[in-house]
Amino acid sequence: MLVLPGEEIQSHGLKPGPGTYRVGGKVYASILGLLAPRPPFVQVIPLSGRYIPKPNDVVIGTVTDVQTTFWLLNIDAPRWAPLHMTGTPWKVDIGECERYLKVGDAVVVQVENLDATGRIGVTMNGEGLGKLEGGTIVTISPARVPRVVGRSGSMIQTITRHTGAQVAVGQNGRIWIGGSPEAIHRVSAVLWMIDEDGQRPGLTERVESYLLATMPTNAAGAEAPRPESAHRDAPPAPGLPDDEEDGAPEPNDSPDEPDPDPT
Amino acid sequence: MGSVGAKDVPVLLSPEGLRIDGRKLDELRPIHIEAGALHQADGSAFVEWGANKVMAAVYGPREVHPRHLQQNNKAVIQCRYNMAAFAVDERKRPGLDRRSQEISKVIAEAFESVVFAEEYPRTSIDIYIEVLQANAGTRCAGLVAASVALADAGIPMVDLLPAVAVGKIGGAIALDLKKEEDNYGEADLPMALVPQSGRLVLLQMEGHMTEDELAQSLDLGVTGCRAIYEKMKLALRERYSVAPVPGGSA
Amino acid sequence: MSGEVAAEIRTTHILDLAAEGKRLDGRGVDEYRKVTVETGYVASADGSALVHLGDTTVLAGIKLEPGKPFPDTPNAGVLTTNAELIPLSNPTFEPGPPQPGAIEVSRVVDRAIRAAETIDLTRLCVTPEEKCWTCFTDVHVLDHSGNLIDASLLAAVSALAHTTVPAKRFGIAEADYALDVQHLPIECTFVRLGDVIVVDPTFDEEQAAQGRLTVATDETGRVVAMQKGLVGAFSPDDVKAITRRAFVHGERLRQVAKGGGP
Repeated sequence: MLVLPGEEIQSHGLKPGPGTYRVGGKVYASILGLLAPRPPFVQVIPLSGRYIPKPNDVVIGTVTDVQTTFWLLNIDAPRWAPLHMTGTPWKVDIGECERYLKVGDAVVVQVENLDATGRIGVTMNGEGLGKLEGGTIVTISPARVPRVVGRSGSMIQTITRHTGAQVAVGQNGRIWIGGSPEAIHRVSAVLWMIDEDGQRPGLTERVESYLLATMPTNAAGAEAPRPESAHRDAPPAPGLPDDEEDGAPEPNDSPDEPDPDPT
Repeated sequence: MGSVGAKDVPVLLSPEGLRIDGRKLDELRPIHIEAGALHQADGSAFVEWGANKVMAAVYGPREVHPRHLQQNNKAVIQCRYNMAAFAVDERKRPGLDRRSQEISKVIAEAFESVVFAEEYPRTSIDIYIEVLQANAGTRCAGLVAASVALADAGIPMVDLLPAVAVGKIGGAIALDLKKEEDNYGEADLPMALVPQSGRLVLLQMEGHMTEDELAQSLDLGVTGCRAIYEKMKLALRERYSVAPVPGGSA
Repeated sequence: MSGEVAAEIRTTHILDLAAEGKRLDGRGVDEYRKVTVETGYVASADGSALVHLGDTTVLAGIKLEPGKPFPDTPNAGVLTTNAELIPLSNPTFEPGPPQPGAIEVSRVVDRAIRAAETIDLTRLCVTPEEKCWTCFTDVHVLDHSGNLIDASLLAAVSALAHTTVPAKRFGIAEADYALDVQHLPIECTFVRLGDVIVVDPTFDEEQAAQGRLTVATDETGRVVAMQKGLVGAFSPDDVKAITRRAFVHGERLRQVAKGGGP
């Protein structure tokens, strides 16, 4: 159910969570979004706006500045995110950061912590994290990322299976695609489809029929072979969720407005 | 309010109580609001209000420029209200004049009163309002556009901010003055309402009124704001709902 | 949503695509985005035009006011062009004094209007040495998704072609009359992406570009203005080929400006 700032929410005894506020015993929405009961809280999931970081989110960022002991990353969040030299698998000496990452490089990092002053701590130490090489990056609205992943990863698996592309999904709406030019083109087209039209019911069918209609054929008439990696040290596709993921609701494809998944 | 000594003052109120454009005293001009009109901005809205055409864009929360304006416990809210050179009959030189700077300030303060700025320390929420065509009430139209743009940008707020100007024409209290009424009327009172609390976060007045007239103006303004509030919500629902919206333009 | 620093991966991808004659949005190297022009958009202006060029949106307004001729051109009216790259239109713009990019757009648009003699300035003279019309062209960029120069000149020229001189309102003549526009310059902008030169760059293509060349042409076959921008180089053969393409695109866009529609 779509709610707007200032609209009263029937909380049914749930406590006010993100996207809500309480005044005089009543709970109201503070942002435009989908009402989502998440006992013991009730929250509003944003449908728009910048990416707001949460601990453990895997995101894709661009290096915008290099300092003596850290790099500054743009992750399309309200603030830049500093990546400290100790937060990488490399043995970086003070003043040597430039040798490992320079301005314009793209990286996959994980949000570690957020402090009260709004500072976003990120790390590149971990499975599936690292520098990105080759391919391209497409940016979509962060609110659409759950639809790119799909229920239990179903959508992302459909995309990679039909294209042979490698895909790294950042919770901040940045998505890296690696593979052949055809694969990159088809995945980009699907991502734009999800970004522009993802709320309309029947998304899964539309994506599948596009991918099938644009399948490149080879002499054997079988599915196109998996392309060689465009680079050698590509990280495995991160961002694949497990069933315990606590993210935004994964809308079903009913004709009504999407319902939050009552897990 | 520059009618002292003016010639050719138009008749603002007919004996039947109709205004120069045929409206009754408590009637709003036609208002159309489109949420998400721009591609680059984080949130945006376009408002056509009578003969006013106003565009608003919101960027943020984002890093503060210049840095020394940063606040370590909340977001800074910056607003720039500007009129295009061709927006008014007599061409206006480009650039912020003192009138625009004052309006920018009172609008920024109105939003500071409702935005949950503490959620984004050391950032800036930048609001840009451009008046493309003006016909009185541009600060109210701009505020309404900016409020819808803030919601479009996902910025947390207590409520949307409907705004309207009430005035006095021919001795009678009238809602939503147009250009001639603003130029030749006896008072002008723009206001912005927080529907959730019923309180005003923008209030200015110019002209002369009795206490009773002021009380009447406030009541009429609040009623007008509530009607505008519904239009703002409709514009946002039209943009974000999946199903067709009852009463919408689809 | 574009950050200030483009990811190098993305720039490389744009260049790789260009090497195969392809672009991010699927256009050909010599293809413009969809263009629409709506004239008479702002009633308070004497002429106006709202242009959509892909996702770029630009609004031009014309205002005519009585003024005094410059001393060295006593028989001519005054023409002035100003482009506002307002912060509303792109996250990289900040309020304050005009940035060099804004000044360049203003001047390149102005140069084309003037050099093409779009308006015969002597016809804007009312009384030599004493009174003339000053024609103000103000261009407001509302949404910047690349190629502001082409969109801004198109908006300015479309607006001028549908402008009414407010002679009656200012007591200079018995009736208002249409502003006489004698030439219609159109600007076409190209950027180099590696060895390939593409027309009508998007914002991302401008960031990846290695040089930009704008050529203004009019309907009589004249080149009336040129501007090379960004960091990069063009050979004389490149310039000739670009100019030929500019004439072809210019003719098509000119019809859009005249018709006030797509």
